Amino acid sequence: MEFIGYLGDVFTPFNFGLLMIGTFGGLILGATPGLSPTMTVALLIPFTFRLEATEGLILLGAAYTSTVAGGAVSAILLNIPGAPANIATTLDGYKMAKNGHGARALQLSFLSSAAGGVFGVLLLIFLTPILARWALAFGPSHIFWLAILGITVIGTLEAGSVVKGLLSGCIGLWLSTIGFDDIMGEQRFIFHSSLSGGINVIPALIGLFAIPQVISIFAKGRADSGTEILSVERHPISEAVREVARRYRALSLGAVVGSIVGLIPGIGGQIAGIVAYDQSKKISREKEKYGTGHSEGLIAAESANNAMVGPSLVPLLTLSIPGSPTAAVLLGGLLIHGIFPGSDLFENHPAVAWTFINSMLVGQILMCIFGLYIAALAARVVLAPPSFMAAAVLGLAVFGSYSVYNSMDDVYVMLMLGTAMYFLEKFGFSAAPLVLGLILGPIAEANFIQGSLIANATSSVVEYFLTGALNLCLISMVAVSLLYSVWSEIANGRNPVASGNGRARP
Amino acid sequence: MTRFSHFQNIVAGVAIAMVGLSVCVISFVQEPAEAYLFPRLISVVFAALSVWTAAKAFSGHSNSSNGLSEKELANIAPGLVAALIYIFLAAETLGFYTASTIAFFAVYSIYDTASHRELRSWGKRIVLTALFIAVMYGLFAKVLTVFTPREFFQ
Repeated sequence: MEFIGYLGDVFTPFNFGLLMIGTFGGLILGATPGLSPTMTVALLIPFTFRLEATEGLILLGAAYTSTVAGGAVSAILLNIPGAPANIATTLDGYKMAKNGHGARALQLSFLSSAAGGVFGVLLLIFLTPILARWALAFGPSHIFWLAILGITVIGTLEAGSVVKGLLSGCIGLWLSTIGFDDIMGEQRFIFHSSLSGGINVIPALIGLFAIPQVISIFAKGRADSGTEILSVERHPISEAVREVARRYRALSLGAVVGSIVGLIPGIGGQIAGIVAYDQSKKISREKEKYGTGHSEGLIAAESANNAMVGPSLVPLLTLSIPGSPTAAVLLGGLLIHGIFPGSDLFENHPAVAWTFINSMLVGQILMCIFGLYIAALAARVVLAPPSFMAAAVLGLAVFGSYSVYNSMDDVYVMLMLGTAMYFLEKFGFSAAPLVLGLILGPIAEANFIQGSLIANATSSVVEYFLTGALNLCLISMVAVSLLYSVWSEIANGRNPVASGNGRARP
Repeated sequence: MTRFSHFQNIVAGVAIAMVGLSVCVISFVQEPAEAYLFPRLISVVFAALSVWTAAKAFSGHSNSSNGLSEKELANIAPGLVAALIYIFLAAETLGFYTASTIAFFAVYSIYDTASHRELRSWGKRIVLTALFIAVMYGLFAKVLTVFTPREFFQ
């Protein structure tokens, strides 16, 4: 119950102000189609440099939570998911709005998002200290294998094909080696003077997540989507609260499914919503109503995609393995403040860790309150022209990358990486494993070198890295993740419709 | 898969394979070996996977990608050129805020679905550009005190 001691820190005027700004801004940005939670968090990182670590994390955590919930607005009113996590929300949410229940659908979505989110954060509160204590037993070889596991899991799940996912991870690992080698002080892979300091993570994150979205808007040209927003009538909130309570089975199923999916590194929110929707339909007494504007489906999907947020941070905060692409960006935010996740975070920076986690708990309530009252305003924002969004995101990406070290080199790297990523995505590659490779590369390398030095003094390198219960356990997990993905790809290859062409952008 | 997308897959596959193989060769040729221990480890996997991807592209089995259509490429070109000029040329010569104003207005105007013949829509673009730059100036120059390249008229 250590977290209770730090609950008051969330309510200092500055921290609470940041929480409100992050939540409000996240809801508006989340409601805008095309602005994903990952990109929003990446664009926000430069704004956290002048803040203390705790304050920066509060802002990023609030934005993460509320962009996922805000994505429901455009899913319900436009039939366009604000984020991939809201795909399942469109199935019944849009139908409800079309049937004249837009306000009710929005209220149910925010109430169930908050309930699922609170459940997820409570799981985060109770699981992280246990896992963090367990992480104390980890030596260099284990951390090396953990980094490889993180890249493997995200690589095999995020991209259009296993090989391309793993290749994306390899590109990220290679990019992380550009610049000075920390141990020998040697320059490596410096093809241009702008790379002499290596690739800075934050401009790279901004480029990899923001620029492909800008170019995607360019690719559509001046075609008018002809999207029409459905009207939002008035609906009493108390009735929505009673309806959510009545649909407790869908709500709790969504919360449990979302939390389990969030705990598995790499899976991401879009699966949480869809799995919860599907399971809720299976156990429902009103199966036939699903897909026609039934509130149960909406409640299950929204409860799940916000329940996923808290648990997706459990592997990040304890073992440095991000549970989702957005968590990978948050890891970048932690590292720039000199904070390394794991036991160090809870032992040496408990105020940072617990204030951040508590802020996510309070943030769920704030998100619900804001969501219930500004849904109508957010609905106006979702109609912002894509051309305006492209120009604004490009400008923000340039200013954000430059402001990290006041260097144009970072802006060049940001644009080049982002442009290359757009084209790579068109060929089935994915940004998430590449980013993870870039972030975990230095951690993997440092532990590989440290492990090799220990091994040379005590035993052989092969023995040090390939034996021992924990090493074998981690290696088996890497192998299982690879084998499962290869098997899925072969199965999908037999059924090309199921394989799809790449995944939705995180 | 069309001929054009098959061709694009081959170009992408070959480009990635060349990068993978180059990284592998450089890692094993460069000295001191200790500094390249980790790059050697990853470059072997990188090279193997990239060659595999190129081979799949040649054989036409790269089923996870369709590439870009000619229309999409034509749509992307003006925006991308504007972004490249903005970042590589204008930002340092004209100054950050001047270049950003021009780039924002250019990108917004090129892709805006509103009519390009109506005075009202041009007025809206000018107002929104001015508002955006004012917000960016307030945030970065005043709140975050970021020092940007000097404006050309200063």
